[in-house]
Amino acid sequence: MLDLKGVDAGYGAFQALFGISMRVNAGEAVAVIGANGAGKTTLMRVISGMLPASSGTMTMEGSDLRTTPPHKVVELGIAHVPESRRLFPRLSVEDNLRLGAYIPSARAHFAERLDYVYGLFPRLKERRGQFAGTMSGGEQQMCAIARALMSKPKLVLLDEPSMGLAPVIVQQVFDLVRRIRTEGYTVLIVEQNVSQVLKVADRAYLLEVGRIVQSGSSAELAASDEIRKAYMGI
Amino acid sequence: MFGFFSSLDCSLDIFFVEALLNGVLLAGLLALLALGLNLVFGVIDVVWICYAELVMIGMYAIFFFVQTVGLPLPLAFLLAIGLVAIAGLLLHYLVIRPVLDQPPINQLLVTGGLLFLLQAAATMAFGIEFRNLGLRLGSMNIGDMSFSWSRIITFAVAIAAVVALWQFLTRTYIGTAIRAISQDRQIMPLMGVDQKKVYLATSAIGGGLAGLAACLMVLQYDIYPQIGLQFGPLTFMICVLGGLGNMVGGFVAAFIIAQFITIGGSCVATEWGYAVAFLFFMLVIFVRPQGLFGAKS
Ligand SMILES: Nc1ncnc2c1ncn2[C@@H]1O[C@H](COP(=O)(O)OP(=O)(O)OP(=O)(O)O)[C@@H](O)[C@H]1O
Ligand SMILES: [Mg+2]
Repeated sequence: MLDLKGVDAGYGAFQALFGISMRVNAGEAVAVIGANGAGKTTLMRVISGMLPASSGTMTMEGSDLRTTPPHKVVELGIAHVPESRRLFPRLSVEDNLRLGAYIPSARAHFAERLDYVYGLFPRLKERRGQFAGTMSGGEQQMCAIARALMSKPKLVLLDEPSMGLAPVIVQQVFDLVRRIRTEGYTVLIVEQNVSQVLKVADRAYLLEVGRIVQSGSSAELAASDEIRKAYMGI
Repeated sequence: MFGFFSSLDCSLDIFFVEALLNGVLLAGLLALLALGLNLVFGVIDVVWICYAELVMIGMYAIFFFVQTVGLPLPLAFLLAIGLVAIAGLLLHYLVIRPVLDQPPINQLLVTGGLLFLLQAAATMAFGIEFRNLGLRLGSMNIGDMSFSWSRIITFAVAIAAVVALWQFLTRTYIGTAIRAISQDRQIMPLMGVDQKKVYLATSAIGGGLAGLAACLMVLQYDIYPQIGLQFGPLTFMICVLGGLGNMVGGFVAAFIIAQFITIGGSCVATEWGYAVAFLFFMLVIFVRPQGLFGAKS
């Protein structure tokens, strides 16, 4: 479904990603793990077009992502839940969801999608008139995921959905990610909570200072001594 | 104390009530003017210093369509609104877009430069004479009080336009994007929103509102190249008082300022009304730099 080959990217003169090659097959949940500053968020930004790649190829179901304007990427079926959620704080929950359904194909089914995400997250329905910024961290994460699902995406990019949340809530967020999988979405997830994310994902890539240094099934990576020492504190 | 006020002809009598109500009527127009400027600033983060000059263009356009071309007034109004909407679009595309990422002072100077250009162009085309359409709509009398129909119509249409815009902003997708964009510009593409299109749509609506204000203003004011000097600073003051970019704040501030102008004007002299309003504005800004309803930044 998603295919990256030799992708470089950076900020100005600073190169953050070096020759990234990876793929995500339909129906899979794939994790990207790595330390702070490894380039995980940068990778997500490059895929969703927020940041241009400087070289390499990148396709979504055969469509060239590098030549797709940023606001058209979501129309190819990629929805990005950005790091630290980035809701519109002074818009209501429902207005946030409305923006998630901005693309023409989603507008046509707005009411239907709204019912669908309210079914997944009944809490959001209770809070639909409230400013998104006034909700708890966990509720905001739900809202950010729901907003992404409004566009009826094929691939959902999740950037550290558990960031800044209390341990109990973190558990709920991972349950949520499992839920999204069973709903049939393909998932690419970035996490620092390595032991948890490897339980959710089928496969994983390990990113170190902008390079993929290891990849394999979640079980393989979870069994790797290096990863256990460096990222799981075992 | 009371003697002082009555010597200024400002006792709590029928004239006071008349001034108060006229203030409400004036507030409608001022609220409409402030709304356009606030909308553009809220979305694009650039102040159209030449906003009142867009209104001036609209007024001359109406004058031209009616007096020279001989079109009926309603058609002239529609054409003027469309014309100024296009002017707003062009203003964004040709003047604002190239300086979008430049310091605010540069943006201020290009739109400020345009102000003089438009005034000069209007003077060249129409001369410095005061023009009007010679409309006489009369006035409505309630007891000893008198309210001109042009003010009443202006108020009603301005409020209707504010309500219509609010509906647009809250009920449509692009309206929701317009309200969202200043809260997080970077992630708009993730929603599938093309920022450039939102900017253009906002500029066209901002222009259209200036065009509508022009239609209302030709009902009560003479047209001359410097009319922007009368309404421009007033509009900015209202916007800043309400919190720049805050459409609801601007709406409320219009009603406050209009009262200072009409009551101050009826107590002392019309010129004093403006002075008192600006004095009030200065005092507020000393205490609350972000305006009455602006968020602390
Ligand atoms: N906007 C930016 N401008 C310049 N450099 C940036 C920018 N954003 C990130 N970087 C740099 O790019 C590198 C990768 O950052 P990135 O945010 O992708 O890391 P990350 O793996 O997501 O880290 P974290 O786990 O802390 O979120 C870092 O060295 C960072 O300093
Ligand atoms: Mg990150």
